[in-house]
Amino acid sequence: MTGRKHLLGLEELTAKDIESILDTARSFKEVLERPIPKVPTLRGKTVANLFFEPSTRTRISFELAEKRLSADTVSFSASGSSVSKGESLKDTARNIEAMQIDMIVIRHQASGAPHFLARSLNCSVINAGDGMHEHPTQGLLDIFTIREYKKRVEGLRVVIVGDIAHSRVARSNIWGLSKLGAKVVVCGPWTLMPLEVERLGVEVTSSIEDALKGADVVNVLRIQLERQEGSLFPTLREYARCFGITRERLSVAKDDVLVMHPGPMNRGVEIAQDVADGPFSVILEQVSNGVAVRMAVLYLLSGLEAGDKLE
Amino acid sequence: MSEDGKLLLRSGRVIDPSSGLDARMDVLISGDKIELLAERIEVNAGMRVLELEGKLVVPGLVDMHVHLREPGREDEETIGSGGAAAARGGFTSIACMANTQPPIDTSGMVRYVLETAARTSPVKVFSVAAATVGLGGERMAEIMDLRDAGAVAVSDDGNFVGNSEVARRVMEYTRMAGLPFISHCEDPYLGKGGVMNEGYWSTTLGLKGIPAASEAAAVAREIVLAELTLARVHIAHVSTRAAVDLIRQAKKRGLSVTAEATPHHLVLSDKAVSGYDTSTKMNPPLRSEEDREAVVEGLRDGTIDVIASDHAPHCEEEKDVEFDEAAFGVIGLETTVGVVMTFLVSKGLLSLSQAIAALTLAPASVLGIKAGKMASGLTADITVIDPQLEWTVDPRSFASRSRNTPFKGWTLVGKAIVTVVDGKIVRQA
Repeated sequence: MTGRKHLLGLEELTAKDIESILDTARSFKEVLERPIPKVPTLRGKTVANLFFEPSTRTRISFELAEKRLSADTVSFSASGSSVSKGESLKDTARNIEAMQIDMIVIRHQASGAPHFLARSLNCSVINAGDGMHEHPTQGLLDIFTIREYKKRVEGLRVVIVGDIAHSRVARSNIWGLSKLGAKVVVCGPWTLMPLEVERLGVEVTSSIEDALKGADVVNVLRIQLERQEGSLFPTLREYARCFGITRERLSVAKDDVLVMHPGPMNRGVEIAQDVADGPFSVILEQVSNGVAVRMAVLYLLSGLEAGDKLE
Repeated sequence: MSEDGKLLLRSGRVIDPSSGLDARMDVLISGDKIELLAERIEVNAGMRVLELEGKLVVPGLVDMHVHLREPGREDEETIGSGGAAAARGGFTSIACMANTQPPIDTSGMVRYVLETAARTSPVKVFSVAAATVGLGGERMAEIMDLRDAGAVAVSDDGNFVGNSEVARRVMEYTRMAGLPFISHCEDPYLGKGGVMNEGYWSTTLGLKGIPAASEAAAVAREIVLAELTLARVHIAHVSTRAAVDLIRQAKKRGLSVTAEATPHHLVLSDKAVSGYDTSTKMNPPLRSEEDREAVVEGLRDGTIDVIASDHAPHCEEEKDVEFDEAAFGVIGLETTVGVVMTFLVSKGLLSLSQAIAALTLAPASVLGIKAGKMASGLTADITVIDPQLEWTVDPRSFASRSRNTPFKGWTLVGKAIVTVVDGKIVRQA
């Protein structure tokens, strides 16, 4: 991460960058396990959280990460703001930056919105999810969780199941995992598979059985219910029957398979109840790790020297 | 201008694809006409002489596809500013599309455009009128009336006439009126809501894609209807390999189908979108490299007749936003010659004569206007190009009111330096 000002996606990071974030996150995870889980590292820095799209866990996770690092934070949501009065994204962000902000965390429904801000502003920009493009901190926390359990990423068979076309989580996972040497398999109905996805270096299949065979990790994506109305799949019932992750289906995966989900889950649709709460599930662990990973990202982008760490 | 109104273009390389002329010659202009083309013309007293050694002297360029935004969006462009941009780009005739506010769908609107142009534009402006009322795609416009008011073609441009029955009737009417029907081919359902080409780059960037098939499906329908109605159909801004193939087959079968390509589709692919630069957002979108190559090949082999800029001015506020939100379209009047010379002619993909034909004779012939040729007795619409002139695209210096070009900062070689309309120099660099 040396020399980087923004985190816009995992596509532009090197394997070394990713590993450096994950290593830093491990240190921060230890901080979070202390009786007083807080360090003064970002004291005096101000972070603005701009959430133009509804979000619960990502937003709280970022806010917590900022507070655990002693940063000052301000938060913003699009409803009831100047945006609802017709102000442009650029003007909104520039006004906020003019209040001496060091970093902006942005969640936006338009792919590329963080890139647009990074070009328009002087402060650091962290992508907290942009349209169908990337959700880099989710990708990082997924990889962090995998690495914690499996002790490695290289050579693992990681299956991403569901709506690949519209998923920013899938893209960040694909870039991050591939760079660290995992074998990534994407699986879903062809209507939810983006064109030429195989050029991202993944194996593509619409057979859930083939995909799960020998899988080390299954990352189950949320099915957005409105896709059904756009006739991208016929019914939720049929989707669950063809692609839902059940215990029975998991029997062809490795014995120690990890089941992940970025949330929020549609239980009984993309993931069966007993899988979501079952022994293979690390879904809540992912959420916990999210705070440490976001602390690492904030810290590494703040421009602080290594010696300033964690005191 | 001298007393007797004579202008001598001396020692340029004169290229006129209509007659196959390509020679070092003098051109004498008298009043608004070309008086003489000859190897050597004596200079008389009072004659204004331009020494053009090493320069290209060609028929005035014709851009058959521009958007002038007047009336309705004069902040983006006016007939006057668009005309000035055309003059700077070397165009002596341009045809403007009907999607103004209100649209050009009545004879009164056609007359408004032509009269405003006569007052404010340094170059000739021809009006393309709407095919359907309000560009709505449901009720045919008064096509005979539009023609009588001066329209040279009909088109709903940005709006594909999705109702095939209406499209058929429009074509029958344009045939009767003797006008070409210009079609922006895009299936209204495939790729709805898309903002770029569907493919590897849309997958990577997470942007909603418009598949190449949306163009091909629409082109196929137009060809089928052209065969049914015997209308003259012109396919606007071809961007895909599949469309080029369909047009090639249609031409082989003798149908009256012509086509155009834009400089940006000939030079850029969808890879240019990475980084979310909104000056690469256009409709049809920049396609894959394979598509781009097929469009160039189509131009080389004559499947595509015309190079047109699809000059689509947008103000900064409409482009300096998130990619999803940005307006579609780029300007092109002032960069077309440079882009064509630099990336097609200099690279040997098109001969100079082919390139000039695609910018003169071919569009004039599609529109049926008196332009695109150079011979004694014809109107003196002439463009002089310096093929060696190296320049950097700086949109701030443009005459257009808009700045939305994907070629900003590019170095191009070749530029129009003199534009003559009706015997008068309207622009000299």
